[in-house]
Order: sequence, then C-alpha cells, then structure tokens
Amino acid sequence: MARKTVVPFGPQHPVLPEPIHIDLVMEDEKVLEAVPNIGFIHRGLEGLADKRDFNELLYVVERTCGICSFGHGNGYVQAVEKIMDVEIPDRAKFLRTIWAEIARMHSHLLWLGLQADQFGFESLFYEIWRIREKVLDLLELTTGGRLIFSVNKIGGVIKDIGDDKMKAILTNMSSIEKDMRVVQKTFMGDYSVQSRTKGIGVLTKDQIHELGAVGPVARASGISRDMRKLGYDGYGMIDFEPITSVFGDCFARIDVRLREVFQSIDIIRQAIDKIPQGELSVNVKGNPNGEALVRIEQPRGEAIYYVHSNGTKFIDRYRNRTPTFANLPALCEMLKGANYADVGMMVVTIDPCISCTER
Amino acid sequence: MGKVKRSPWLLHYDGSSCNGCDIEVLATLTPVYDAERLGVENTGDPMQADILLITGGINEQNAPVVKQLYDQMPRPKVVVAVGICACTGGIFKDCYNIRGGVDTTIPVDIYVPGCAARPQSIIDGIIKARDLFQKRSDEHDEYEKTHHGGAGEEKING
Repeated sequence: MARKTVVPFGPQHPVLPEPIHIDLVMEDEKVLEAVPNIGFIHRGLEGLADKRDFNELLYVVERTCGICSFGHGNGYVQAVEKIMDVEIPDRAKFLRTIWAEIARMHSHLLWLGLQADQFGFESLFYEIWRIREKVLDLLELTTGGRLIFSVNKIGGVIKDIGDDKMKAILTNMSSIEKDMRVVQKTFMGDYSVQSRTKGIGVLTKDQIHELGAVGPVARASGISRDMRKLGYDGYGMIDFEPITSVFGDCFARIDVRLREVFQSIDIIRQAIDKIPQGELSVNVKGNPNGEALVRIEQPRGEAIYYVHSNGTKFIDRYRNRTPTFANLPALCEMLKGANYADVGMMVVTIDPCISCTER
Repeated sequence: MGKVKRSPWLLHYDGSSCNGCDIEVLATLTPVYDAERLGVENTGDPMQADILLITGGINEQNAPVVKQLYDQMPRPKVVVAVGICACTGGIFKDCYNIRGGVDTTIPVDIYVPGCAARPQSIIDGIIKARDLFQKRSDEHDEYEKTHHGGAGEEKING
C-alpha cells in the first residue's frame, strides 16, 4: 500500500487568479480527501455596517466581488426596500433585469474562458475574452463603469438607458450571439474538450440535495432550481425556463453555462421589448426598521441577503450567504477519488468566487 | 522606447481584492489590450518572476504569503500595487481585518489607482515597471562589474 502524502494547492496557483488553499491528501495519483482552508481575502466587510450608514453601505456591498457586483447591490437594496415597504417603478425593475443579465453574461464568459485556459485551449480562451469585451463595452456605454457600476439606489436606479442605447444593446447582442454559436460548436464538438471533461467530477442529483449545491452546479445535475423564477425585478413578467442537464459532470456544467448565455440574450431582448416608460425611482424617507431576507440568482447560484435594522441610520447586521460557499462542500465531494491532473479543472468547474465567499 | 535587454516576467497575486482588479489584470493580458506586446509574460512561478503585480489590501492571513512571494523573487525586482485597495486599503481601510495597502508589508515601487483599475492604467503601470526594472538591472550589472570583475555582464550577453 502506497504512502499518503499531503499536497498543498494554492493560495498562489496558476489555475486561478484568486487565493484558495486546499490540502489534498494523496495516495499515488489519486486524491483521497480534500480539506479547504479559506480566509486569505477576509476583509470583514459586514463589520462596516457599524461605520457606514445604510445608504453608504450599498457601495461597500457592491465591492464584495468585482464580478457579480451588480447582483450584490441588487440583493442588498431589495432587502432594504422590503423593510421600508417601498415599491419601485416598473421601469427601474426592468432596467435592473437588463443590467443583471448583462452582468451574468460577462461572468459566464469569464468562466468559460478560464475553463478553456484550464484544459490548455489557449486560443479558445482568447476568443471568449475578446467576445467578453463587447459585453463590457455595453456596461461602459450604459453605466460608465466596466466592472463596478453603482447604478442601484434604495428606491430605484440612478441612470436610464435611452432608446439609442437600447438599440446599441440589441445590435451588440446579435453580434455576440453569432460569435457564441461558433464558440458553442467548438466546446461541444471538440474531442479534446470532451476527453478532458466528460465523466469527470460527476455529482448525482441525490448528492446535490445532500450537499446543498446551488446554481449551474445543481442545474447541471438535473435540479431545476433558479431563483429568478421567484419573480423579483422584472423576471415575473418575462418568459423563461431554468436550463438543466442530466449528466452532472464537468461537460454538463460547461453546457449549462453556455446555454445560459443564450438565455440571457433572450431575456435581455424580451426585457427591452416589454420595458414601460416612466419614473426611475421613488422618494424614500426615514430609516429602515425591521428585518428582511432576500434570495436572488447570481451568476454562480442562489445568494441570500439578510438585513436587520433598528430604526437608526446604521443597520444592526448585514449578512450574505454567497453561492460559492454553498458549492464548496460539493467541490470537496467531487475531489474524492479524482486524479491529480483533474484537480485544477474541478476547482474551476464550480466557478469559485473566493472574494464573495470570504468577504 | 530604448533598447530592451530583457523581457520581464509578471507574477500576479490577489491580496484581499474584490476580484475587480484581478479580472482587469487578466483582461490586460488578453489580446484586446495585449500587454504581452510590451515584452512581458505572465508566469505562475515566483522564482521566475521579475515584476509582482499585486491587487487588494493586506490582511492578517495573506501577509506572510505576500512576504514569501516577494522573498522568493530573484533580484532585481519591481512591485506594482494595482487598484486603490492595494495602494491604501481603499474602501476597506476601516475593516477590522485590513492592515492597509501593500506597502505595509513589502516595499512598493509603482502605484496604479482606480476602483477597479482600468486596463489602460494597468498597462501604464506595467510600462513604468518595465523601465524601472531595466534601470535596476543596469545598476545591478554595474555593481557586479565593479565588485566581481564583470561576471554579471557576461552572463547576460550569453
């Protein structure tokens, strides 16, 4: 019997720009157990609730993560609006939907690029990141920021998208869709992609239920769970179905995320079609008093926002459960019995966002 | 642009940033902004790196990691702090777990501001770092020449 060795993975590792440390207990080339160790990016962001008032805290919350920044802001303002019993105008709801979907596309394209880079398909990585720049251009055009764009406020949004900009979004969507069809064909048809991802890191439906995984990881195993179906923002008025796959391996997760990019394009088109004219925000007076819990669908899965306030300017507690935190147990289960060469791929496949997780 | 004797290699480490600057550093290295045309290359190995790009502030747990990465890099070396969190601590300065900017732990040569730092300003920082690296290499060669009879010079020219 071979001797057990512990191989450290991270915190500085070429696979991932972010620091995560995993101790891999190995026997020859096989992983027996994976022990994650997080905390390298812990800033204590939630503690700032004592020092910033509830309006300023929004800008801190948006900097939880640079990739899903819009979603975090969205979740937080929804929670505060729920406490203060504010109903925002329909136009603001639809604008939030459009921005959330553009942000989802940018996040998914980023992940697809990293995944391609992970199994050594460098040219595909570059091609996807070229397409992603078009998405970022749209964000810059409509909000002024590339990654962190504070357009939310409590009671609505602060910026409008004019008709000419709507037209620009639609033109860009067509060109992105055309490019993505080629990328999809490469991902789905290339044998080298299939040989690296098919049958690797399989999670069954029961395991997902047991481990509580969320988002595309859960949907790739056949669980049709999508928080957008709760109908927050404009999603209640938009027609879509959660995208699922049944295989539960790395290939299925790529497939689900690829099809979600097209779904986002579809949702943006519907939203632009249905958006009503009207005000951007309502006036909000007073301080929040009470507590609220909001669930929204981030690019990586279900995120939970909890706000507890006491009627003063400063809220008592802001708490955030991020999707990567829910997916980490699934990752550790996946890593058991894996080959060492596949470890990097499996870590990337849950789309880890460490700075969300550790805050 | 003068004669460049060496192509410096980049090492990128994410301190406690929010990912915004990391993603922009990656975007800078992909073909749209293409920082590699300046003669730099991204590497994952600190032992081969000449320029350390670091994003995000310093907290108690990553301070030893940052210090170790810095120590592992061969001399001469240049440190670039990318983003306002790496420069001063930024919006997270008042957090209980943040010590402050990167310069609280290791010496920083170039500061790139922004939240998130834009690819254009990161490229600007890389150009400055490259020139500084060239200058330090020349100084290092000069030192080797006067103190060890030109061993360093020979090594570079082949």
